[in-house]
Amino acid sequence: MEREKILEVKDLHVSFDTYAGEVKAVRGVSFYLNKAEAIAIVGESGCGKSVTAQSIMKLIPMPPGRIKSGNIIFNGVDITKFSDKKMEAIRGSEMGMIFQDPMTSLNPTMVVGKQIAEGLIKHQHLSKKEAMTRAVEMLKLVGIPNPDKRAGQYPHEFSGGMRQRAMIAIALACNPKLLIADEPTTALDVTIQAQILDLMKELKSKLDTSIILITHDLGVVADMAERIIVMYAGKVVESGSVEDIFYDPQHPYTWGLLKSVPRLDAENKEQLVPITGTPPDLFAPPKGCAFAARCKYSMEICYEEQPCDMEYNKDHFAACWLGHPDAPKVERPIKGRGVK
Amino acid sequence: MVRYIGKRFVISLITIWILATLTFFLIRLLPGDPFTSEKITPEIKANMMKYYGLDKPLPVQYATYMGNLLKGDMGYSLRYKNREVNNIIADAFPASADLGLRSLVFSVILGLILGIVAALNHNKFWDYACMVIAVIGVSVPSFVVGSLIQYLFGIKWKLLPVAQWKSFAHTIMPTFALGLGTLALIARLMRTSMLEVVGQDYIKTAKAKGLSPAQVTIKHQIRNAILPVVTVLGPLVASLLTGTFVIEQIFAIPGLGRHYVVSIQNLDYTMVMGLTIFFGAFLVLMNFLVDIAYGLVDPRIRVGK
Ligand SMILES: Nc1ncnc2c1ncn2[C@@H]1O[C@H](COP(=O)(O)OP(=O)(O)O)[C@@H](O)[C@H]1O
Ligand code: SF4
Ligand SMILES: [Mg+2]
Repeated sequence: MEREKILEVKDLHVSFDTYAGEVKAVRGVSFYLNKAEAIAIVGESGCGKSVTAQSIMKLIPMPPGRIKSGNIIFNGVDITKFSDKKMEAIRGSEMGMIFQDPMTSLNPTMVVGKQIAEGLIKHQHLSKKEAMTRAVEMLKLVGIPNPDKRAGQYPHEFSGGMRQRAMIAIALACNPKLLIADEPTTALDVTIQAQILDLMKELKSKLDTSIILITHDLGVVADMAERIIVMYAGKVVESGSVEDIFYDPQHPYTWGLLKSVPRLDAENKEQLVPITGTPPDLFAPPKGCAFAARCKYSMEICYEEQPCDMEYNKDHFAACWLGHPDAPKVERPIKGRGVK
Repeated sequence: MVRYIGKRFVISLITIWILATLTFFLIRLLPGDPFTSEKITPEIKANMMKYYGLDKPLPVQYATYMGNLLKGDMGYSLRYKNREVNNIIADAFPASADLGLRSLVFSVILGLILGIVAALNHNKFWDYACMVIAVIGVSVPSFVVGSLIQYLFGIKWKLLPVAQWKSFAHTIMPTFALGLGTLALIARLMRTSMLEVVGQDYIKTAKAKGLSPAQVTIKHQIRNAILPVVTVLGPLVASLLTGTFVIEQIFAIPGLGRHYVVSIQNLDYTMVMGLTIFFGAFLVLMNFLVDIAYGLVDPRIRVGK
């Protein structure tokens, strides 16, 4: 049976008009998210993950940012052209967001409980008192001990991990259908990272929330997401199930990413190799494959023409010329199902 | 909290003592003596020097002064015969403080509003308009502003009383002239601070909750943007409230301002000392009050924690 989609992003283009010119931050991104599903968007920093996420909630600063074209369909409704007022009604109630740095994403001059209560007062029209009671419940739900006392404290009285829990409480207070977590663990210690991911997993099953987990670290997605979207220079270069991406990756950029993260499976005790080179200039993205300049396998056509999506199975696509039937077969650096 | 206040109090006392000591010796480095300008015979002058104890060695004078100061006695003015320094300050301070307080309220409220309006209209007409006002306010000296409005509103159009300190109408021009610079300073500070805060992550968090732009601005942006403004308030309050020579002179206000200038010109040692200590103590007190106020607006540095 086809699962119901909660979100569909179709050919999204987002640019920033700066003094130096137009930064084409997102250049035709498409993906979807099913109800109660978790997907991950991965890619090096600067590849457009945050811009994509913030475009969904229309949180990019406009100007200089602007959604040039494409559609964002949320819960069956095209929200691309929604007015600010209509977006306000959705933000926080239907979709919530967690940001990278819990140290800076809470208001330092407002008690944590109130920061959680605000959304409830706005969307569920609770009284201040009811909202505070709910806020305490939320703090309890995200595993903060002494929630009664904690609700009355300021963010600086919380540790980093606690603050990220509080952020999750804020984002989930109105029980949104979609949670976007933009590098929720990047700024945290490794042990705290695992706790936060566990909490998100637990809440996902408890509350049936759909999650987009954004990260530049493939290591953290494996047991959280069902599918992975790999982005590079403002485009999706490969997408597929976690299985497909980890064991049958098709795009040289995905290979590079996989080689650069420690993998948990014992067989793969290979050396970590970072991807050499830097991403292309988004002011003037290359005509052909954006990865060509850094790609060991690049061919003439790669510099000439954008590779189109090659389908490997109904959910697995990669935009690389190597997938073309006429392309030479290459030795892949990643051991997977396909090659032994 | 008690310990904190106690510590601050001791530091304040030491500060004021150092200030008093420096002033005591520095003022005596100036050429001449308090009675130079008076047409008196050397005998009378010697008598007067003796009467005020100025003939004794400096260390003795210093010890005597400090001893009296501890009792709260700042001695007699060397210029206004038979008037105590304490008394002169108590007479002149109320007018200065009144003017200063009015200017403070005027400049802080309007400065904040201007800064907020400018920041909310960043790079648009109102931003530029507010900043033009701010630049004028900072760069045009208060005596120019004072004289100009006095001429226009007082003399030419006869809309407001030209000078003196009586009714509310009398207070309008001096308040404006004295407060304009502070207003401009606060407007610029608030604008910068607002623009900085708007880029902070917690503003994005507030928007992601679905709050309206007005709610985001009022509850999250302004509250945090005001913090740096509060820090500059201490010295500002002190300098506004303790009188300014220029404005009080232009508008003939019987405040402390003119004593600062006149007492130095006359080498009225006791008066200079008295004013310096008064101003120093006031400054220290204001900074302390502002620190406490800062703790109220910024929970991170709440004192005593
Ligand atoms: N406000 C902005 N103005 C100009 N360029 C921006 C702005 N925000 C993001 N960008 C650009 O968009 C690109 C993608 O950024 P981002 O989505 O934050 O990357 P990441 O994948 O690390 O989250 C970057 O090249 C960045 O320079
Ligand atoms: S299209 Fe060419 S350059 Fe791009 S990733 Fe594939 S092989 Fe490399
Ligand atoms: Mg990012």
